[in-house]
Amino acid sequence: MSRHAVARAALALFALALPALSQDLKSFEERTTVHKLANGWTFILVERTNAPIFSFCTLADVGSSQEVPGITGLAHMFEHMAFKGGPKIGTRDWPAEEKALAAVEAAYAAWQTERFSPKPDPKKVEQLLAEFRARQQEASKYVDDDGILDNILEREGATGINATTNSDDTRYFYSLPSNKLELFAFLESERFLHPVFREFYQERDVVQEERRMGENSPFGRLLDQFQSAAFEAHPYKQPVVGYMSDLQSFTATDARKFFDTWYAPSNLTTVIVGDIRPRSVIPILEKYFGRIPARPGPQPLRTVEPPQDAEKIVVLEHSAQPIYLEGYHKPANNNPDQPVYDAIDDIFSRGRTSRLYRTLVRDKKLAIQAGSFSGYPGNKYPNLWAIFAMPSVGVTNEQVQEVIHSEIARLQNEDVTDEELAKFKTRAKADLLRAMRDNQQLADQLAEHQSRYGDWRELFRYLDRIDKVTKADIRRVAGETFVKNNRTVAMSNTKPTPAKESTR
Amino acid sequence: MSRFRSFLALALLAALPVAAQVDRVQDLRYPPLAPFDIPQAQRIELDNGLVVLLLEDHELPMVEATVLVRAGSGYDPADKIGLAELAGRVLRTGGTETMNGDQLDDWLESRAAAIEVGVQDDAARVTMNSLKKDFPDALRLLADVLRRPAFDPGKLEVERNRAITNVARQNDELLGILFREFREIVYGPDSPYGWSQTYETLRAISREDALAWHRQMFHPDRTILGLVGDFSSAEATRWVREAFGDWARGPETKLAAPAWRERLTPGIYYAEKDDVPQSGIIMGHLGVRRDHPDYYALEVMNQVLGTSTSSRLFNNVRTKKGLAYAVGGQVGSAWDHPGTAMIFTSTKVETTGAALEALLEEARNLKAAPPTEAEIDVAKRGLLDSFIFRVDSPRRVLGQQLQTELHGYPRDWLSRYRAGIEAVNPAQVRDAAARHLRSDEFAILVVGPNQGQDKPLATFGKVTTVDITLPQPPAPPGPKSGR
Repeated sequence: MSRHAVARAALALFALALPALSQDLKSFEERTTVHKLANGWTFILVERTNAPIFSFCTLADVGSSQEVPGITGLAHMFEHMAFKGGPKIGTRDWPAEEKALAAVEAAYAAWQTERFSPKPDPKKVEQLLAEFRARQQEASKYVDDDGILDNILEREGATGINATTNSDDTRYFYSLPSNKLELFAFLESERFLHPVFREFYQERDVVQEERRMGENSPFGRLLDQFQSAAFEAHPYKQPVVGYMSDLQSFTATDARKFFDTWYAPSNLTTVIVGDIRPRSVIPILEKYFGRIPARPGPQPLRTVEPPQDAEKIVVLEHSAQPIYLEGYHKPANNNPDQPVYDAIDDIFSRGRTSRLYRTLVRDKKLAIQAGSFSGYPGNKYPNLWAIFAMPSVGVTNEQVQEVIHSEIARLQNEDVTDEELAKFKTRAKADLLRAMRDNQQLADQLAEHQSRYGDWRELFRYLDRIDKVTKADIRRVAGETFVKNNRTVAMSNTKPTPAKESTR
Repeated sequence: MSRFRSFLALALLAALPVAAQVDRVQDLRYPPLAPFDIPQAQRIELDNGLVVLLLEDHELPMVEATVLVRAGSGYDPADKIGLAELAGRVLRTGGTETMNGDQLDDWLESRAAAIEVGVQDDAARVTMNSLKKDFPDALRLLADVLRRPAFDPGKLEVERNRAITNVARQNDELLGILFREFREIVYGPDSPYGWSQTYETLRAISREDALAWHRQMFHPDRTILGLVGDFSSAEATRWVREAFGDWARGPETKLAAPAWRERLTPGIYYAEKDDVPQSGIIMGHLGVRRDHPDYYALEVMNQVLGTSTSSRLFNNVRTKKGLAYAVGGQVGSAWDHPGTAMIFTSTKVETTGAALEALLEEARNLKAAPPTEAEIDVAKRGLLDSFIFRVDSPRRVLGQQLQTELHGYPRDWLSRYRAGIEAVNPAQVRDAAARHLRSDEFAILVVGPNQGQDKPLATFGKVTTVDITLPQPPAPPGPKSGR
């Protein structure tokens, strides 16, 4: 088949696929209900009745970008604490436990005050630490392990019980059989009505281990260096998991303050997808989530990343094989040019027909994998368009860089082909279709679009914006974005080691 | 059918009185779950032995195919480890007799379609997905890939470069090393289940080997084809017959099943890994085959031990002691050979000894303090009430049925699961735990820095060092000319 025929076939598909898709979207709209509570919490209900189950995603519009020095990692830490229950969940005796937890907090503060005084008395520090440990022991006695959140949920048949924090937001999610909607309403409203920070300092240790797991990975370490070099002012420079010193210092009192500021109901969006009926669900939502009082929403983030003024290069030496990474600043994803960045992404690095695969991997064999991502480390604020490559054995990062830069220049100097542009648009539509067959994935996508852009329909409207992308747009955006002074390069090079005899 | 059920569910809910909000989880009362029938695939066997499973799903205009061919890496020759994976990848990227690899890539990607190959130890898994309108054409291409691959020499070198580079990178991730070396310790150096690809075995594989592999393994009577999506079964069957009906049956060859060793050498194993703040720790031995009579008791036991967030491992090692983020364990099973029984975690170097002890303690505790009735009840309820999620979509059901078909398990294996779990009693769980998790027979492997541990590993027994040093890699390939 000639290339020309391929292009014509692709265009024909494009025209044919459209009516089918818009039909789906229309029926989708009929199955979707938006309900905003008086306290400001937005719920979206999507009926998908294939099986007697439902999934939900609650998105809190707070991520690591809302952290300041001293409390980095706290958004993620709060996410962990949100599984510990409340005064009605996971306790053997709430009044006694409440007192015990206050004593833990006071003992911790006393210990820290002495430790960081100008002339700490070692004996006293030791005594205060022992006191803190004793208070922890005491508080643990009141914890009802069978009653904490994920244990209840597992017992009741929930799956995919988890949560995730990124630079932009925090998401809580799981799936349940559809007859247990009231269990969801009870647990999820209690979670944000009055969280209890039980076993906070044990969980802080867990999160430190989570951070170390990231440090085990050469790619994880490179990403940390990459974003801290690329951003000089915006909190996107901070790792989501937080700096180790903060993870060893922040307190349950800090977490409480963080919750009070950022978990106002108006800052929360919940999407439920599955075998549910709005008529019977809405009264349950009102009953449980309506208990949470309204409070003022948070202030927007003030810091704006200033324009980059110099190329930045970071080199990490590691025992691992080389990894290449570079990125360029670009606007937030609500910018009209976002679909153009997505087009560049698709054409540059998606699949075996992409430009980087064909040059770097197939023809020159300089890398075994190359990928790009638009919107690193988040997409709410101005962010990075980034590209990475895994060089082949014996190949240096510099060799890979040279090819990447010549491919970027081609994007700036020549139009992409009709086939490439059509392929991008076809795949974007198919992606959306595929996202619609999974309750959990759909809930996640709708929650993000509702929270970020104020209307879940933006998920579907984005296809219209994708349709309008032209070859000229791609050249213009590539020309504006991919310039030396806007670039951050991060490379992990293999540290030379003395040769060892191998036994295998 | 689904309409009717929906109305029924609505009626049920509408009939409920609007009760007051509850104050405790125990006070919640649930309406019965709407009845749900597990979708059943239609099974057809063509004259040439090809088994076809079809399951219609008209929600979205898409189709997916999954092909399992009895051509897994378990059949790799010892001097050509990696053959199935390498040949499997080139089966797809190397194109067919009528369309070269690049043309195939163009055709598929311009239609948002895909054909991909993944090689497991028991089968080569070839998947295809496409929009509904492209399905007949995509199915023909899938047949070409399976029956008439070209194994283009240039594409073989692209894939070989990838595989060799992956060998060079195999010591870059801590947990990657941990699980790889543990498999070798458990299954033994002579078992395909414990093997890793090396520069040498990858370089030994020729295009002729790939062709011979295909000639030997790819026959309709070694193949199962599953289709799920927006088609009519009658029409899809016709297209399948057109594309696969004249595929000739293979010769009656019996391939030797992969072997493994029954007994490992218990003790402490250590592999050094610098540049990381943590030690990875894993301990265990052989597990069971999935048709073992203790399988359901072990499913329950695993929930109690370490496959859930309410498990003992999660609760004690993570929540209470704060020693780790990742911790888990189970007596694992596989369809056609014993899985591994193992407990693992990763912890900061300074608590390596403490975490190792904590894991061992949980293993021993299964005997000293066997799962209580309450623990077993919780585990069973969780497994039973979440069963719906194993069968909640035709895609998932078909995926399971393909596996049972491949290994000759009963066709109603999936629907037997609930009854199997329901029948488990505490004595069975205790016995199964004692039989299948034997801490005195454990191989204990630690991977991490050799400085800074809280306790020397020798405290726990005789230490055998595992050398993971790689030989010098081969020279990088030059660019191929003439493209």
